Amino acid sequence: MMRRALVFLPLAIFLGLGFFLWRGLSIDPTELPSARLNDPFPAFELPSLTEPNKTLTPDDLKGEVALVNVWATWCPTCKEEHAFLNRLQREGITIYGINYKDEPVKAREWLKRYLDPYRSVVLDEEGLLGLDLGVYGAPETYVIDAQGVIRYRHVGAVDSQVWEQLKTVMEQVEAGSNG
Amino acid sequence: MRALLLTILVVLAGPSLAAIDAYEFKDEQTESRFQELTAELRCPKCQNNNIADSNSPIASDLRREVYRMVQSGASDEEVIDFMVTRYGEFVLYRPRVNEMTWLLWYGPFVLLAIGLIVVVVIAKRRKRSAEPGADSSGLSQSERERLNKLLEQDKK
Amino acid sequence: MIPELGEYALIISLCLSVLLGTIPLVGASTGNGLWCGYARPLSVALFSFVLFSFLCLGWSFLQNDFSVAYVANNSNSALPWYYRLSAVWGGHEGSLLLWLLILAGWTVAVALKSRNLPDDILARVLAVMGLIATGFILFVLFTSSPFERLLPRIPEDGADLNPLLQDFGLIVHPPMLYMGYVGFSVAFAFAIAALLSGQLDAAWARWSRPWTSVAWAFLTLGIALGSWWAYYELGWGGWWFWDPVENASLMPWLIGTALVHSLAVTEKRGVFKSWTVLLAIFAFSLSLLGTFLVRSGVLTSVHAFASDPDRGFFILALLAVTIGGSLLLYAFKASEVKSESSFGLFSRESFLLINNVLLTVICAMVLLGTLYPLLIDALNLGKLSVGPPYFNALFIPLSLLLALSLGVGTLMRWKQTEGGSLAAQIWLPGLFATVLAGICIVMLPSLPGFYTSIALLMAWWIVFTGCRDLLNRVRHKSNPLAAALSQPRAYYGMMLAHGGVAVLIVGAALVSTYSEQSDLRMEPGDRKSFADYEFVFDGIQHVEGPNFTSDKGVIRVLYKGEPYTELHPEKRLYTARGNVMTEAAIDPGLFRDLYVALGEPLGGDAWAVRVQYKPFVRWLWLGGLLMTAGGILAAMDLRYRRQAQRELARSESMG
Repeated sequence: MMRRALVFLPLAIFLGLGFFLWRGLSIDPTELPSARLNDPFPAFELPSLTEPNKTLTPDDLKGEVALVNVWATWCPTCKEEHAFLNRLQREGITIYGINYKDEPVKAREWLKRYLDPYRSVVLDEEGLLGLDLGVYGAPETYVIDAQGVIRYRHVGAVDSQVWEQLKTVMEQVEAGSNG
Repeated sequence: MRALLLTILVVLAGPSLAAIDAYEFKDEQTESRFQELTAELRCPKCQNNNIADSNSPIASDLRREVYRMVQSGASDEEVIDFMVTRYGEFVLYRPRVNEMTWLLWYGPFVLLAIGLIVVVVIAKRRKRSAEPGADSSGLSQSERERLNKLLEQDKK
Repeated sequence: MIPELGEYALIISLCLSVLLGTIPLVGASTGNGLWCGYARPLSVALFSFVLFSFLCLGWSFLQNDFSVAYVANNSNSALPWYYRLSAVWGGHEGSLLLWLLILAGWTVAVALKSRNLPDDILARVLAVMGLIATGFILFVLFTSSPFERLLPRIPEDGADLNPLLQDFGLIVHPPMLYMGYVGFSVAFAFAIAALLSGQLDAAWARWSRPWTSVAWAFLTLGIALGSWWAYYELGWGGWWFWDPVENASLMPWLIGTALVHSLAVTEKRGVFKSWTVLLAIFAFSLSLLGTFLVRSGVLTSVHAFASDPDRGFFILALLAVTIGGSLLLYAFKASEVKSESSFGLFSRESFLLINNVLLTVICAMVLLGTLYPLLIDALNLGKLSVGPPYFNALFIPLSLLLALSLGVGTLMRWKQTEGGSLAAQIWLPGLFATVLAGICIVMLPSLPGFYTSIALLMAWWIVFTGCRDLLNRVRHKSNPLAAALSQPRAYYGMMLAHGGVAVLIVGAALVSTYSEQSDLRMEPGDRKSFADYEFVFDGIQHVEGPNFTSDKGVIRVLYKGEPYTELHPEKRLYTARGNVMTEAAIDPGLFRDLYVALGEPLGGDAWAVRVQYKPFVRWLWLGGLLMTAGGILAAMDLRYRRQAQRELARSESMG
């Protein structure tokens, strides 16, 4: 009797395995959620790109639900998403920028040429803030709440499809902090 | 199709160049610690590389950070914690032992124990069932003949 | 024109494989000898058409027909002709066609070489292989045709073969590996045929044994070649990375190794029959699983093929039908199987079973580690990685246990070994092994760790238990030397393979413990010493190759202060794709390799250079070669031939 049940064991194991493999086909193994999720924005004291005399700290990012966009002029995908960020800014979304491992002169030039969607831009020449945030490739876009806590991260360009996702998160965060 | 081509290029361009930087260490022990740590940390951006082997910019940044930390006397745990707070458990090629990884770490040994018990049980049972009469095998006559024929060919 | 012919040939192959998968099967179950008889000619026809299709693709590569998408993506007019040929299997589509060709090749080999098999068994075996071929031809035709055209916009030149693959290693590694993977389909087909016919006895073990040994030998060789290729080509000096793709080849090898041993017990003693059948199913299932893992993109790997979920779903469906179907069949048929002989706990049977348990546990561990990130992710528990530190931590103790039980098993007798005689057998090899391992440890440059010491002990243990076994076989003979020389080939094969394991263990233990590596900034004239060797950097030369340009470093090596050799590591820029590649320079030796790779220029005349000293690294592949030779020798055992001749003679006299 025992043996009768045992001979079905390999089949059962295979079916279980098959289920996971099937699930695996719809999961992207390269997509990583931020390790900083629900943490306050990491501490920094860095100059502003646009106003070089001014020093920015996490306090400057607080006040409302906003996007933080990590970008650089050496990153082609950043150029792709830039127009979309401009559109979001026109729609009244607050976007902060982190200029990541870049040359400030080139970055200022870029903002002049392609317009500046950012409320303020943190100048992270050494990439140390990026390291603290766990940035692994520009562009990345974070959703932060009014207290500057990180709520979501997207890696890659922001387009209308991604924006739908970001918008939902922002609305949830907004509702959460009000309620 | 274009997307597919891109994936091919990205996938295959990945490991084509070994990452070599020329760091100078305060002593040999620090150098070997650096080599061990960078070999056990996974590059978050790459396909499946540790940060020691990958030549992507992020891996080189992380190597620099590990170098800075070991050189200034940080312990292995400090370096690992530093990486995990920023990039998550994903960067650890040696997953930590916790409820989530008990199956991973202990499962094979449990399986081994079960396997060995089964071997002992089978051997005991075989021996006992064989003692009363050697011909309790339940083989049909034709099967037995066929088998004997085969086994005899061996002996010739 | 030619590519279309290739595609048509593949469609005809599909029809042939469907016929091969059905007619003989129906014939065998209804007792229709005529229908059974179709199996052989259909196999030959199937092979011919798949071969034709494969040649068509090869022709397109040789002719630089860039209107074929697959050729355009994987070749280039500047590529030398031999790489254009090996580029046939440089990508997903073509390598799948190679897979198919090898499957058809094994099918036709079984059809032609098994004249001694009863017709109904042969019909079933070939039919099962026909069914497998059907699945894979469908896969090629529907998702991955290598013959698709890029019309009307034909590219002027191809995108070039990935430079990593422009190498002798790529010419030989995939065919050998696939010979192994696909070779297990023969054992699988025999097992399914046995289950279908209900004749699950020692006979099927005897028939499938030589095939399994050959497939196992090919897989061993394929894995060894892959390891060697990664070692010299990737520029890291590593020889095993526990990457999912490597694990995918290791798993069928582990189960295949268990199968080779289990088949021996089933054939000789008539026990473990249902277990052996299960292993035969597992070995091929794991080959298929490997194909899925490598080509579906569910896992990230350094050398996966471009991933495509559609292909993933198709292979998964194929897996479900093949593996699920055979395990279901197994569940219904295997419970009726009974063993007909007994054995005690201290017997060769038991220890071969323990060896099977260990191999299966190691395989389960590799599978668990490989799939664990996926499991955790699928359950929404986060993302984690399982890498070399995990695999090494578990693999090393488990494989050393395996080595221990290998030695004990060699000294056991069939059925029952008395406790006293076992101790008498064991103590001398144990003593010799301990003494020699002790001497080795003292001779090493520094005191090795626990595992390295145990590994050396186990290597000698395997050697001396083997010697003891040989001694037991010959010492009561009148002429021991003649007796030693007249042992069956299968026995020598076993000895050779076990010796290979010992050599492999020594290599792995020593290269892991005593390798030295430094990444240096070197200016012309700078020096670095390892052991008795000194490396002097003499600067960089610029070199132009056929499809690349290169910076070539010149490094002089001194041995004990005397000039010894010159090494030329290169950094190549492949112009077609703009890929940069490091070509490491290696001075190979039986007891050590010197390994130099070039990094980035660091300003001025300074370059980053990686210098490595790798003791006993060649022993890894030497061990692999010995195991391969052992497998082939075992398969060539005379009794298989004698049996074939005898049965041929019998069938002729009867006919």
